[in-house]
Amino acid sequence: MKTSSSKKQKKENKTPLTLEKALTGIAGLDEVTGGGLPKGRPTLVCGEAGSGKTMMSIEFIVRGATQFNEPGVIMTFEERAEELAVNVTSLGFNLEKLQAEKKLRVDYVHISRTEIQETGEYDLDGLFIRLGHAIDSVKAKRVVLDTIENLFGGLENEGILRAELRRLFTWLKDKGVTSIITGERGEGRLTRHGLEEYVSDCVILLDHRVVNQISTRRMRIVKYRGTLHGTNEYPFLIDEDGIAILPVTSLNLNKETTSERMSSGITTIDGMLGGKGFFKGSSILVSGTAGTGKTSIASNFVDGACKNKQRCLYFAFEEPPQQIIRNMRSISIDLDKHVKAGLLKFNAARPTLYGLEMHLVAIHKEIQKFKPSVVVIDPITNFISVGTLSEVKNMLIRLIDFLQNEQITVMFTALTLNDVVNDQTDEAISSLVDTWLLIRDIESNGERNRGMYVMKSRGMNHSNQVREFVISDEGLELISVYVGPDGILTGSAREAQMLQEETGAAIHNYALSRKDREIMRKRKVLESKIASLNSEFESVEEELNKVYEEEELRKQILSKNREAMQTIRRGSQKNDELQSVKK
Amino acid sequence: MKTEDKKWELRLYIAGQTEKSVTALNNLRRYCEEHLKGQYKIEVIDLLRKPQLAEGDQILATPTLVRKVPEPIRKIIGDLSNEEKVLVGLNIIPA
Repeated sequence: MKTSSSKKQKKENKTPLTLEKALTGIAGLDEVTGGGLPKGRPTLVCGEAGSGKTMMSIEFIVRGATQFNEPGVIMTFEERAEELAVNVTSLGFNLEKLQAEKKLRVDYVHISRTEIQETGEYDLDGLFIRLGHAIDSVKAKRVVLDTIENLFGGLENEGILRAELRRLFTWLKDKGVTSIITGERGEGRLTRHGLEEYVSDCVILLDHRVVNQISTRRMRIVKYRGTLHGTNEYPFLIDEDGIAILPVTSLNLNKETTSERMSSGITTIDGMLGGKGFFKGSSILVSGTAGTGKTSIASNFVDGACKNKQRCLYFAFEEPPQQIIRNMRSISIDLDKHVKAGLLKFNAARPTLYGLEMHLVAIHKEIQKFKPSVVVIDPITNFISVGTLSEVKNMLIRLIDFLQNEQITVMFTALTLNDVVNDQTDEAISSLVDTWLLIRDIESNGERNRGMYVMKSRGMNHSNQVREFVISDEGLELISVYVGPDGILTGSAREAQMLQEETGAAIHNYALSRKDREIMRKRKVLESKIASLNSEFESVEEELNKVYEEEELRKQILSKNREAMQTIRRGSQKNDELQSVKK
Repeated sequence: MKTEDKKWELRLYIAGQTEKSVTALNNLRRYCEEHLKGQYKIEVIDLLRKPQLAEGDQILATPTLVRKVPEPIRKIIGDLSNEEKVLVGLNIIPA
């Protein structure tokens, strides 16, 4: 604690000593320069014709006037004030309005050698006075001299000119204005007339290169005295919002990570990924051969995210958006709805439209504008047509870095051909992504089916199974493939196998029910047998009972008879005696 | 005498009373007296006092001599020390 606070104090004490910087307001330039151009000092912006020197300097002035309340002066040696105003209207800069508001002054310095004769000693006090007057009239804090080297074309006496330029830059410093001096790139040196000798605080080099017929604008800070700055070449873009520079290489790997999950939009895929789907802010690669449904997976993902009210940005590098929307309708995904709701935005461009770096810049810009939570890039493999493998990989690293910093979940699709170069593409980037879904063709029995598996998925317990990936009118579905003695069965072979199994089951069922019936019959037979035995038993019993009853009856009758006999014999006792004698 | 009568209207822009501007003005007066006597008018503009005038005539250097009339406008910069160059430049004598 103690050390840190003392360090802080030291820093605070040092602050007045460090170079003060003036924010330019140009997207990315302030990051690259670590806070802008040196305040109160001249900066040299040099580059070839058409490299964007004028654009950059005018944006510096306009942003200063509009965003930082620092009025500016543009002294142009090339274009008339009106021409200049027209040229930058396309960037949304209204120079005339700024001039009316006294925030800007444009002074066109016309020099033509044919009109001017030189004789004897002179100096450029006229120019100083003009500039001074312009600065004072709007209380300017920023000055642009574009392109002061034109003086070399208009004046013969280079000795005087050089001396005067040196004096001019010192004078600008004394005035305390932050200024940009533009200069045309010369052979073997930064500027044609060696302006870099005079302006030594900060030198920015703009470049416009054409590689493989694709042009890329780049900028580099050649020197920035007394401060740390990015030393790389940074690509930049000039579009309707002005200049956008991309600090392309992020140096750290310490990004925030979350264990929040988001659905892939397909339940069965979520199931393969531990049941919850992707990690939020992770990167997903879907690779597969042509026509395996990569775009469909991506669309499903987007659809699912949009249904959860998340904003999605879809970069289509292969198909126009309308076509994707139409195609996805056939598998009952309505993307149009999300587009209309403003949740989904398509951004379609041919990869060959501009170079890789420019794509990166364009993607950055779009993302920063739209602020999505899901980004789809479909497909990345098309980039190989604008750059080499390592360049594509580099670009993707930077893109993933950026997206992870912003906690944006990104899904890339990659086309795999049975082609060495492209195969390498997904290998090359596979180490960068967190989740890799691979769709493979399974070709057998004269048909082609899709098999999908999770190649890798960092930080989750994912399925190791190959699933058959079926696209139907109802949407996407993953079916467990049939693994039989003949290997993996897919498509109609699987169907056939399933049918066969169903038949087997039916037969089995039939057999079972027949046995049941037989048992029933047996039972019935036995039961009837039991019934007949019962009745037989009853008849026997009855028979037996009959004998018994007859006996009984006879006994009764006999005894009755005996009684009757006795009564009869009562009259004749002799008989009785007789009888007893007999006994 | 009205200005319209003058065949030559010359304007000399200077930035303060420097050595160069004094030399230039002296030189100019001398040439005019010699070659354009009675037909010229010289207007001296000190840009230190009237800086707003610099833009109108596209002045960069001082001293600058501007021939307003006759047309077309011509400019000569420097202390005008080379008489022949000045006279050719102003088209007083043919080149």
